[in-house]
Amino acid sequence: MHRRSTLATAGLYAALTLIALAMLVPLGWMVLTSLKTQPEILRSPPAWLPASPQWVNYRTVWEGFAYYRFFLNSLFVATMVIVGTLLTCCPAAYAFAFYDVRHKNLLFGALLSTVMLPAQVTVIPLFKGFAALGWVNTYLPLIVPVWLGGNVFGIFLLRQFFRTLSPSLLEAARLDGASEWEILWRLVVPMSLPAVLTVVVFTFVWSWNDLFNPLIYLQNEELCTLPVGLLYFIARAEQLTGGSTGQIPWHLVMTLATVMTLPVIVIFAIVQRRFVEGVAASGVKG
Amino acid sequence: MRAGRAKHVWFWAFVGPAVAGLLCFSVWPMLYSLWLSFCHYEVVAPPRFIGLRNYVYLFRHDAAFWPSVRVTLVFTAIQVPLSILASLALALLLHQPVRARGWWRAVYFLPSILPQAALAVVFGYIFQADGGLLNRVLGLAGFAGQAWSSSPTWALVVLIVMSLWGFGYPMVIFLAGLQNVPRELYEAAHIDGAGAWARFRHVTLPLISPVLFFNVVMGVIAALKVFDIAYAFGMAQGQPIPGGPARATLFYGLNLYQQAFGYFHMGLASAMAWLLFGFILLLTAVNFRLSRRWVHYAD
Repeated sequence: MHRRSTLATAGLYAALTLIALAMLVPLGWMVLTSLKTQPEILRSPPAWLPASPQWVNYRTVWEGFAYYRFFLNSLFVATMVIVGTLLTCCPAAYAFAFYDVRHKNLLFGALLSTVMLPAQVTVIPLFKGFAALGWVNTYLPLIVPVWLGGNVFGIFLLRQFFRTLSPSLLEAARLDGASEWEILWRLVVPMSLPAVLTVVVFTFVWSWNDLFNPLIYLQNEELCTLPVGLLYFIARAEQLTGGSTGQIPWHLVMTLATVMTLPVIVIFAIVQRRFVEGVAASGVKG
Repeated sequence: MRAGRAKHVWFWAFVGPAVAGLLCFSVWPMLYSLWLSFCHYEVVAPPRFIGLRNYVYLFRHDAAFWPSVRVTLVFTAIQVPLSILASLALALLLHQPVRARGWWRAVYFLPSILPQAALAVVFGYIFQADGGLLNRVLGLAGFAGQAWSSSPTWALVVLIVMSLWGFGYPMVIFLAGLQNVPRELYEAAHIDGAGAWARFRHVTLPLISPVLFFNVVMGVIAALKVFDIAYAFGMAQGQPIPGGPARATLFYGLNLYQQAFGYFHMGLASAMAWLLFGFILLLTAVNFRLSRRWVHYAD
């Protein structure tokens, strides 16, 4: 193709590096701060680097502020949401991909269009309804909607992938006497593991990061998930840390933020290629 | 014939849960919130029909409504173009033959999937007046620092910067669009003597106009709905009610949340929700109409 001068190449890599730094510096600062002592934070100007890394901060937040509970709560909700997504999105995607039923596309369009519906519009009636059922301060409002196909993006992504499979495979399985349910779980899903994995990761990230819904439905501190737990910790930091200085203990706040961010970074590092391609598919084909 | 009927049964069995969910968690709440927007409803008593009075109150009397509209529109008007420009520029950079493209792409995308609550807290700390990273770096360069996070002028700027950090989504979609542009077209344009800008303007831009359109529409909708970063940012600043200082970061979504779940003005908040929804629908319709002039679909 076109030749580039050495200078242009150097400029290109310099720009790429600079932007990469801008992406990573805040995260680095978060981790560094989480390893400092309180005096190191409060000193003016604060220390750049911790004199010796305070791993004890992680133990402090984990045990002292029951952070393990927030962590386990988040993990529980995310697991239930993932299970519900798989159980309802796989069959729905299969039906939309392979069956010829009248008004199928209309129905699929209606499902997809709910992506446009702002959560602000539905949240008040949903809150009223869930409160009437006595579900406020339980995990049900976070989980049940997903068990009823609430993860429209999952249906969309799986359907895209299922459609690339050859229908003759399905016919062959049907001739062998397999039921539709068996074909779905024994043939189609195992053949689509990359797409299923993508959906699992998307769903995990979405549930793990969600602030809005837990904030509304979980008013009991013991039930908090990580994002709400973090803010709750900041709001009550003085009380929780003995209220010595009237200052937010940023080193502990950053410890919490790291605990919450790290799993997402690790998972992304493992599956980033597939994940990014899943995002791309949503825009180009959608 | 029998096989056909069996297929219907399977179809509805498989999509049944999703259809039930659509009705219970989207259609019903949508219609019910429209009804509530015409009601006086503050939880303790059942909803009572009051016609348009919620809307009139919002437009004429509510002290927070217009400030929150203003904050959201200013944010949208600045953040969306910046984010589109930045993500397009980055996508064009990464579309060059660069080594380890996947690695760069991953690093640029990373902030987009991190929990926004945590990011808002980290940024709030970086932009702090005392001991914030930004002021320290500025100090090294000989500039005077600012109380960024707690200044009514700068707080919104901080939030715009923070949200630009998440340009990964549009960037990845631009990249995918760029990869679909046939290479021969560039070569043909090159042979015709088109310079870099002319190639971009007359080959790349028309061919990626569908993804550009998609990114603009999604970017505007996301900007109008901002909640997480504003709420978390306010909390990290120790504001008892997020949205400060002096309503400088009182986003529409945040205002709505406070009306509904802070003051339990749920009828009023439903009216706000429908104004937002109506505005989003209107804007999307206008976008689609305008798009006929500049978006070119390949087939």
